[in-house]
Amino acid sequence: MTNVLELRGITKRFPGVLANDKIDITLREGKILALLGENGAGKTTLMNILYGLYKPDEGSIAVHGKEVEIHGPNDAIAQGIGMVHQHFMLVPVMTVTENVMLGIEPTKNGIFLDKEKVAGRIREISDQYGLDVDPNAYIKDLPVGIQQRVEIIKVLYRQADILILDEPTAVLTPQEVEGLFMIIDTLIKSGKSIIFITHKLKEVLAVADDITVLRLGRVVGSINPKEATTEKLAVMMVGRDVNLVVDKKPAKPTEPVLVVENLYVRDERQNQTVQGVSFEVRKGEVLGVAGVQGNGQTELVYALTGLLPLEDGTIRLLGEPIHRTTPRNILERGVAHIPEDRQRHGLILTFPIHDNMMLCTYYKNPFARGISLQEKTIFSNAEELVGQYDVRTPNIYVNAGTLSGGNQQKVIVAREFSRPIQLLIASQPTRGLDVGSIEYIHQQIIKKRDEGTGVLVVSSELDEILALSDRIAVMYKGQIMGIVDAQTATKEQLGLLMAGIHPSETAQA
Amino acid sequence: MNKTDTTSQTPETKTSKENHNESIWQALLVPVLAVVTGLFLGGIVILASGENPINAYGALFTGSFGKPANFIEGISVLFSTGDTAALIKAIYPFTESLVIATPYIFAGLSVALGFRCGLFNIGAEGQFFIGALVSAFVGYSLKGLPMIIHLPIAILAGAAGGALWGMVPGYLKARFGAHEVVNTIMMNWIAFRLSDWLLSGPMKASGFRPVTPNVLASAELPRFFPEPLRFNLGFFIALLVAYFIYWFLFKTTLGFEIRAVGANPDAAKYAGMNIIRNFVLVMALAGALAGLAGSSQVLGVDHWVGQGFSAGYGFDAIAIALLGKSHPAGVVMAALLFGFLRGGATNMQSMAGIPIDIISIIQGLVIVFIAAPGIIRWLYRIRTIKTEETVLTRGWGS
Repeated sequence: MTNVLELRGITKRFPGVLANDKIDITLREGKILALLGENGAGKTTLMNILYGLYKPDEGSIAVHGKEVEIHGPNDAIAQGIGMVHQHFMLVPVMTVTENVMLGIEPTKNGIFLDKEKVAGRIREISDQYGLDVDPNAYIKDLPVGIQQRVEIIKVLYRQADILILDEPTAVLTPQEVEGLFMIIDTLIKSGKSIIFITHKLKEVLAVADDITVLRLGRVVGSINPKEATTEKLAVMMVGRDVNLVVDKKPAKPTEPVLVVENLYVRDERQNQTVQGVSFEVRKGEVLGVAGVQGNGQTELVYALTGLLPLEDGTIRLLGEPIHRTTPRNILERGVAHIPEDRQRHGLILTFPIHDNMMLCTYYKNPFARGISLQEKTIFSNAEELVGQYDVRTPNIYVNAGTLSGGNQQKVIVAREFSRPIQLLIASQPTRGLDVGSIEYIHQQIIKKRDEGTGVLVVSSELDEILALSDRIAVMYKGQIMGIVDAQTATKEQLGLLMAGIHPSETAQA
Repeated sequence: MNKTDTTSQTPETKTSKENHNESIWQALLVPVLAVVTGLFLGGIVILASGENPINAYGALFTGSFGKPANFIEGISVLFSTGDTAALIKAIYPFTESLVIATPYIFAGLSVALGFRCGLFNIGAEGQFFIGALVSAFVGYSLKGLPMIIHLPIAILAGAAGGALWGMVPGYLKARFGAHEVVNTIMMNWIAFRLSDWLLSGPMKASGFRPVTPNVLASAELPRFFPEPLRFNLGFFIALLVAYFIYWFLFKTTLGFEIRAVGANPDAAKYAGMNIIRNFVLVMALAGALAGLAGSSQVLGVDHWVGQGFSAGYGFDAIAIALLGKSHPAGVVMAALLFGFLRGGATNMQSMAGIPIDIISIIQGLVIVFIAAPGIIRWLYRIRTIKTEETVLTRGWGS
């Protein structure tokens, strides 16, 4: 058996950081190599080197046994290397055909675009690999799972035989993940080789032929999936034992903190994305909101925190209506918000850590007297929180943008938890974080619950929802499909609800 | 991960002070190199036009700072005879550069304040005009007041006029989302034509020229030296205002809000800040600062307003704010640089025969290098700072 791709001794330094340190990786022909690692382990850097976006300081790349130099994506494609990005690179208002041909437009008579030719080729590819994609459909009308297949078609159309899938399951429902695994299987059977980048341990065990684990820019080891367990992989990834199950006592819920009735919200583009949602969150419990991303969870949270106006319905916090008030007023009533997009809403990346640590309370005692900021208090507050929440940073004066994702999230958690709160709204609280940080943030959320805070967790990761929640609400197309007890809920049941199917309906069918 | 792991990951742990000094150097590096490179390339242009750059820059230097020999002579004359005339003549170029720098400081602060809030105030020129006109009007029409009352009123009236001119685009943006760039440009044209009309009609002094009457002595900013030196209190007011803006931006809650809105409006909204109110506030303040620029020019230097009064101060202010990295201290330094360049340019033209426009070329080059710092980093092989590296790979993934 031959190796289609070999990376030897790849080293890449950034100022002050050794992102990749003599990394060796081997992809065997017709096999799936899972590249596993925490955030900041160097996976992205390595793939950017392979895709020609970075130049390695040392090391060599060999494709089909021949040493090559890759200076950009075009070189990578010429070598048969195709990348399916985690964030799709598609133009929503264009058709599948138009998206696939972007950048390599074939023409008739040298002037007119030859869409028919491309569409025909897409049909062939679609049939060959069982992708079931209509070339004339518009991207914006397609579900995320199909959009991902369009991305796969894009690289197959460019005749890639080495596919790199970057966190491909992050945006999929459990059922869609199954579908993706079937496609991967077909691809392998027709002779393609795949690098599968992920931090989800169970998926690695389900699909990989070989596993290589990265930590802090180095290869920790390679392991055969037959010999691996999730615990073993987690230890390799993090370098110590990890508690994958959140240790929590049964909830002791009391009176309701948040009562939402018949809520309707339109997003910034005036689409009605929340349609008649009602639920309540009680003190001392975690209500998890599950659902595939883009089913109205984002807008629900924005409405609760005052970032979007509601169209209809009521929101009451401890009995008081808060749906016609300002974000500041909601903050002051004791609502903490860990936002979904931490770099957009949660932090000012160009501000130092100490300013981000008081972003919501800067105008109040003890951070300000009148309009005068009290720097001493601001610094000591930040020093204290950095220590208490174990934020890894050289000091509190560096900009928040220099921190890793996990430490950025810790800054937000520290800030939000350091003021008196009644309700915690945590949206995708551990997205993109490493196992160590996930564990930590989960523990902090449960700690808040046990102190009697009402907690609303929104996540598209079912494992996270199952680990944290006492009750689970599933959102689909702006509505709550059902609220189930977390103790008795199964992944299959939730997966069906996430796909908009009531379990009772399937039982009847 | 244990504690030893952490320290090995971040070996460059520094004290805050070291960190602070380093960041000041980082901040100064590109602007200074941009100026040096601009002067160097300007020298090549001078060379290409068949003149000697060393002579040219020599004339520029003596034109902006004066001749050291004259200065020494002035002092010795003063000590031997008690006559100050020679010394005053010697310091004339230097003080005149400071006079030119004064409105630059005010107008530069105006644009810089806008930048800090994410707003592009192209309207400083118009606000400058309005400030000058209002100050002039108050200066010549209010009669019989002592200076201690008349001068502050004239200054504040100019600031208020500019504030009004800035507030209109601020309000239009806040209320209707109209882009401030378009509206400040429109407000400029309204200011220009309005001043044409006022100068040829309601505010016209007797005589043929379209100029205002001279302001009364009680509204003039006091001068420190006899004629022809025009150096006046305005320069020190400008420094004081620059310090105030620094304090306001970096030491107050209002400034914190303004900077937060400018750096990340989404996060500012998340933190409960009122973005709309900040837009109006900042545009009004920026207008007031540009108005002060006009006010200081009319009350301190010219004492009357004529057509084409501003000479582009409001537009040069954009360059100054960029060069000063929108920091009040940087703005003061950039304004001084522009003052010296402009101050020395006339001498360069008369002594070395270099057209005054070469200064515009140098300024233009400096702005290009500031706007595209990548050129400077590439020229001098400066390592990209780590923060910018992370932006490149920003994302949720691994």
